[in-house]
Amino acid sequence: MSNLSANLVAYRTIARREIVRILRIWTQTLIPPVITITLYFVIFGKLIGGRIGTIEGFTYMQFIVPGMVMMSVINNSYMNISSSFFGAKFQRSVEEMLVAPMSNWVILAGYVTGAVARALAVGVLVLVVALFFTNLHLVHPLIALVSVTLGAIIFALAGFINAMYAKKFDDIALVPTFIITPLTYLGGVFYSIKMMSEPWQTISRANPILYMVNTFRFGVLGISDVSVGPALLVMVGFVIALGVLAVHLLKRGVGLRS
Amino acid sequence: MSPQHPETAPALVVDNLRKTYGNGVEALKGISLTVQQGDFFALLGPNGAGKSTLIGILSSLVSSTGGDARIFGISVNQQRNEAMKLIGLVPQEINFNQFEKPFDICVNEAGFYGIPRKIAAVRAEKYLKELRLWDKAYHQARELSGGMKRRLMIARAMMNEPRLLILDEPTAGVDIEIRRSMWHFVSGINAAGTTVILTTHYLEEAEQLCRNIAIIDHGTIVEDTTMKRLLAKLDVETFVLDTAEPVSTPPTLDGIALRRVDERTLEAEIARTHDLNSLFAALSAHGITVTSMRNKTNRLEELFVRLVEGGRNGAKEQAA
Ligand SMILES: Nc1ncnc2c1ncn2[C@@H]1O[C@H](COP(=O)(O)OP(=O)(O)OP(=O)(O)O)[C@@H](O)[C@H]1O
Ligand SMILES: [Mg+2]
Repeated sequence: MSNLSANLVAYRTIARREIVRILRIWTQTLIPPVITITLYFVIFGKLIGGRIGTIEGFTYMQFIVPGMVMMSVINNSYMNISSSFFGAKFQRSVEEMLVAPMSNWVILAGYVTGAVARALAVGVLVLVVALFFTNLHLVHPLIALVSVTLGAIIFALAGFINAMYAKKFDDIALVPTFIITPLTYLGGVFYSIKMMSEPWQTISRANPILYMVNTFRFGVLGISDVSVGPALLVMVGFVIALGVLAVHLLKRGVGLRS
Repeated sequence: MSPQHPETAPALVVDNLRKTYGNGVEALKGISLTVQQGDFFALLGPNGAGKSTLIGILSSLVSSTGGDARIFGISVNQQRNEAMKLIGLVPQEINFNQFEKPFDICVNEAGFYGIPRKIAAVRAEKYLKELRLWDKAYHQARELSGGMKRRLMIARAMMNEPRLLILDEPTAGVDIEIRRSMWHFVSGINAAGTTVILTTHYLEEAEQLCRNIAIIDHGTIVEDTTMKRLLAKLDVETFVLDTAEPVSTPPTLDGIALRRVDERTLEAEIARTHDLNSLFAALSAHGITVTSMRNKTNRLEELFVRLVEGGRNGAKEQAA
């Protein structure tokens, strides 16, 4: 058997195991984000949003849907990979993969696939919920799909790297608390940065999540605070950089091999 | 050393292997040993000797800080993946996902080795049945008893049908009946051609099963020989004798140290050069009737304690 076909079998095994896990504990993986987002829609979209005028021709509810989807995608991708991979480290079942004759990228790709699958499933569920509150039609479906997938991959890679370094479960909560949550709230989920005065507009442009939210918003509504082409390229750049870093850390066995 | 052909090379060659952990513990101080194809090899040593460290390096979970190991001639350092294909590992600590089912654990394990699911499912059934776990195949693994968990790890290690099976204390905490069934299984695997390396603290187990033996202590090999030759080294054996009548003071015998343990029990230390007939003759002459007799400890155990303690005392003297 060639190494590539053996690696592909191994990749499918990990990806499948991850997806089975997501479905097995669906009440922890798929339901909570939908409940949270429904509350956001009720409070910000309906109750408060009704008093806010339109933004670039869209109701406030319509405006926040893409950001909400991207926010759930990012969070669920990150949480899935970090808790699953750290869990495997904690139970030592990661050793099953570490002693097997597969390449490091296979482990990474398998886990990233699981995280992206959950992120996209949650993204679709959130979109479906949104349709109960407002009407939407995807302006650029391909861009919507590409941007949401890139966002999911970026945070899957970040979550994987975090889990490699993590020594206890608390360590994997650091990134969501100190990085993801503040950056999403300040990343134009709830507002257009055009509404801000300087220097805040310029400062906001240093926030990577702003680009993810806006490229996806462009895919859904056709409006964006940033240029979409360069933003997508930067996201691809992040995927490559984090992917290379993760494979390098796996090769060195950081946090995994003594 | 030049690379050797996997068909003829020894199953394992360990070459001046060293490991110093990040915390400064020097777990292996440059050890070398060879395990021939088809061997049943015992790797013994007290707690903390470095056995699991060595096994960790062989399975690439631990990175060595010097030297190399070759599995059927394939370097673990240079051709990790090729070497790993040939190994099955039963680790000391439970390391499967407790929320998964034994059947899935085995099928996934095979997947990690590139074995397609169809073949994996057949093998999983075969090995789970052989290890008497089939009725638990679809229960969550955490519902298994300790002994079942250990057997599950053996079944899992067989999924890639390894040429070298390494077992790190597979029988720890396992009852005697299950332990016997494990011995039976592993002996069968060995008879069918798989090389086996076994670590255990039950020395009678090693004595029964293994043909060759290495004893490791404080990260160095203190003995590396055949089981026969090692046992032949035992120059004194201690027997426990039960007597028909109470014995108040044991007689003094030539070449035999007799000690009274209690009213009806004596301990006799006898040089191997001495025959047992003379012991009984001498006891009879003193009016003592022996009703039963047994070895105080298993022979290997007696040797082991001497070797390891001898090493300790030697080390202390050097330090002083
Ligand atoms: N991950 C680690 N980090 C630091 N030191 C370690 C680590 N693992 C083992 N050691 C140390 O290395 C030495 C050898 O340990 P090892 O686990 O190899 O012993 P062992 O022979 O398997 O013992 P046992 O029979 O108790 O399983 C011990 O001093 C141990 O404390
Ligand atoms: Mg050990």
